[in-house]
Amino acid sequence: MKILVPVKRVPDPATTIRVLADGSGIATDNVKWVINPFDEIAIEEALRIKEKQGEGEVILISVGQQTWQEQLRTGLAMGADRAILVRSDTPLDTLAIARVIAKIASDEKPGIVMIGKQAIDDDSNQVGQMIAEILGWPQATFASKIEIAGEKCTVVREADGGLETIAFPLPAVITADLRLNEPRYASLPGIMKARKKPLADIAVASLGVDLTPKLKIKTLNAPAKRQAGRKVASVDELVELLHTEAKVI
Amino acid sequence: MGDVLVFAEHQGGHFPKTTLIAVNAGLELARKRSGKCIAVIMGAGADGAAAEIAKYGVSKVIVLEDSRLEHHLADAAAQALAALAKSTGAETVMATATAMGKDLMPRLAARLNAPMASEIIAINDDGTFVRPMYAGNALATIELDGPVRVVTVRGTAFDAAKPADDAAPIEKVAAVLDAATLKMEFVSFNEIKSDRPQLTEARIVVSGGRGLKSGENFKVVLEPLVDEMGAAMGASRAAVDAGFVPNDLQVGQTGKVVAPELYVAVGISGAIQHLAGMKDSKTIVAINKDEEAPIFSVADYGLVADLFKAVPEMVEAMKKIKH
Repeated sequence: MKILVPVKRVPDPATTIRVLADGSGIATDNVKWVINPFDEIAIEEALRIKEKQGEGEVILISVGQQTWQEQLRTGLAMGADRAILVRSDTPLDTLAIARVIAKIASDEKPGIVMIGKQAIDDDSNQVGQMIAEILGWPQATFASKIEIAGEKCTVVREADGGLETIAFPLPAVITADLRLNEPRYASLPGIMKARKKPLADIAVASLGVDLTPKLKIKTLNAPAKRQAGRKVASVDELVELLHTEAKVI
Repeated sequence: MGDVLVFAEHQGGHFPKTTLIAVNAGLELARKRSGKCIAVIMGAGADGAAAEIAKYGVSKVIVLEDSRLEHHLADAAAQALAALAKSTGAETVMATATAMGKDLMPRLAARLNAPMASEIIAINDDGTFVRPMYAGNALATIELDGPVRVVTVRGTAFDAAKPADDAAPIEKVAAVLDAATLKMEFVSFNEIKSDRPQLTEARIVVSGGRGLKSGENFKVVLEPLVDEMGAAMGASRAAVDAGFVPNDLQVGQTGKVVAPELYVAVGISGAIQHLAGMKDSKTIVAINKDEEAPIFSVADYGLVADLFKAVPEMVEAMKKIKH
């Protein structure tokens, strides 16, 4: 089975994010860029499904700039077979990105589009669900366990208050949650091999997809900082203050 | 006329506080857009839920009826809600950013060809929204273009709607569904049963981190404090990652966002991703043996101590306060 895995380039989660003074964006000097951690989980799951089935192809797709090749190469080094960079030099909104990925999916005809549940930069948590609707496919968001039997797929999802199990026929979109797996590291031979794996470069304009932005970020502001309080010397002092000063217990 | 449709999530007829928060945000937006706020209910127990939500100041309650909406499934729910959004001509469709809201609303947005803002924390007078990005390190002002738009609301950012004097009328509408395109099937729901308050509703939250060292320690060390305080239990992503507790308890950027009266962080270093989920709590307490831990930078009261000693002491001290 073919599995298509969308990959987003994001600042390393350990990076301190600083908003530019003019509100136009974030400072990107000294930012280390990585694969969105949830997309890494999606890549890992796609590789495991391929390994279990003994056949198939894992295809990565990014919608971004030339520099995003770095993250695609990292994904190829983890074991993906090939990658597609749909090049867009201007940032697109979630709906446009979903349309681009849906277009590639309708050409490639994968059994699953496997994507991280949320990108840790804009925290939108939208693109997977949008791809599913555009393609008219079932969706399983926040997946923590996936079982595939022929054309039928069963997914355990992280819902509020418990775990929900749903079933549907493939093709489908699945979004990966934290507990789905622990992604592997790229091995040295993997990194060597990745250099020779195919990485297609397509201009976004050539796809004939509606890219009109409907969501505009007008400004970014830094949030008000919470002030640190004080240190207490003992548990008794702490409980006393919570009782008499903060009046919360 | 900028009418607002609020998807009113319920659990077998009961409304979590998060739904009343979406209703209140919907009422605020409707006021600012000179429109009406209409609540939409679907699923098992919808009739009882409709009668309940009708008391919270909305102009109307619409019950979407169809046996295929009994369990939440994103494909059917998005179809039914999109058809209703079109027939009512609503300007905004809104829901709380719960697991269900996050599952449903982007699909709805794509079906309506509408832009979507996730987890808004404020509604500006000019119709723009404010939402956090980068784990709360940036607040973006967002403009959504087009005749219809989709919004989810962060559960901590608005107050819950209050009961009004009059109950709104309830209208039943047959859901418009295209049977041939519905492929998802509900199998089961494995509820995590707990006598404790829910994380997103609790007045006090006590959370544990990697410092607890094991799932067993959550039970024998942390839970007595949780119960003595009548709190909900939470956890850091590191504790979930390590398999100590279920993901349902995760507080942070990619888990739940909470803002209780009192948040007690035990053995949590305070990575920015965790702070994103709790820094709006009214009072924050941190107990950590590392005095350099970033959690102390947001804590009102910090105690540098070995949690295995401090937590049992706190249980005893709490007992004294109560008696």
